[in-house]
Amino acid sequence: MSDATVKKFMFVNRKAPHGTIYALESLEVVLITAAFDQDVSLVFLDDGVFQLKKTQQTKGIETKNFSPTYRALDGYDVEKLYVEKESLEARGLSEEDLLVDVTVLSAAEMGALMDEQDVVLSF
Amino acid sequence: MLHIINKSPLANGTLDSCLRVATGGDILLIEDAVYAATKGNAFENKMTEAMGRFKIYVLQPDLDARGVGDRLISGATSVDYEGFVDLTASNKNCQSWL
Repeated sequence: MSDATVKKFMFVNRKAPHGTIYALESLEVVLITAAFDQDVSLVFLDDGVFQLKKTQQTKGIETKNFSPTYRALDGYDVEKLYVEKESLEARGLSEEDLLVDVTVLSAAEMGALMDEQDVVLSF
Repeated sequence: MLHIINKSPLANGTLDSCLRVATGGDILLIEDAVYAATKGNAFENKMTEAMGRFKIYVLQPDLDARGVGDRLISGATSVDYEGFVDLTASNKNCQSWL
């Protein structure tokens, strides 16, 4: 695919993982977008940061534990994961609580990154 | 950049998150988000404050549907559906916050 067709896609995740289907749906669209060789960034804001929490165990609620998939994104060349510092802190979390390597950004840095995108999709 | 919000700020944190993260540009309030830009609501001061960084647009048919078409705060601009389309066309990108 030529560079001319590559767009910057940002997926903004703002929902906790198991209460609604948004987090899982987002992940599926991310994988599809990556399959088309697009420039993909994932952003985690507000309760969305809980999607990346280590040691999720969904056996008791009988749903799919899709959290290991975040560790596989690397294999699809999805390497740009950004977490907002304010959202992490408000939830008593730090980078060590997350199951993948991320770049922690301030709200202002996150906003600037958003401005650079061609397409921004909310989940 | 255009930010589109559709939830009441009194019931949902989306508008707050947008104001915290977004650097500036245009905000369009539609559906239940239009209450944010009505006189006397608890979010009015935050909205007025945000006008320093953002241009605030409000979808008039949604204000009218809710009986608050005459209560738009000063500094906010009401738009019709055509204006909505113009905003999406004049901005480089947009985000419909969920």
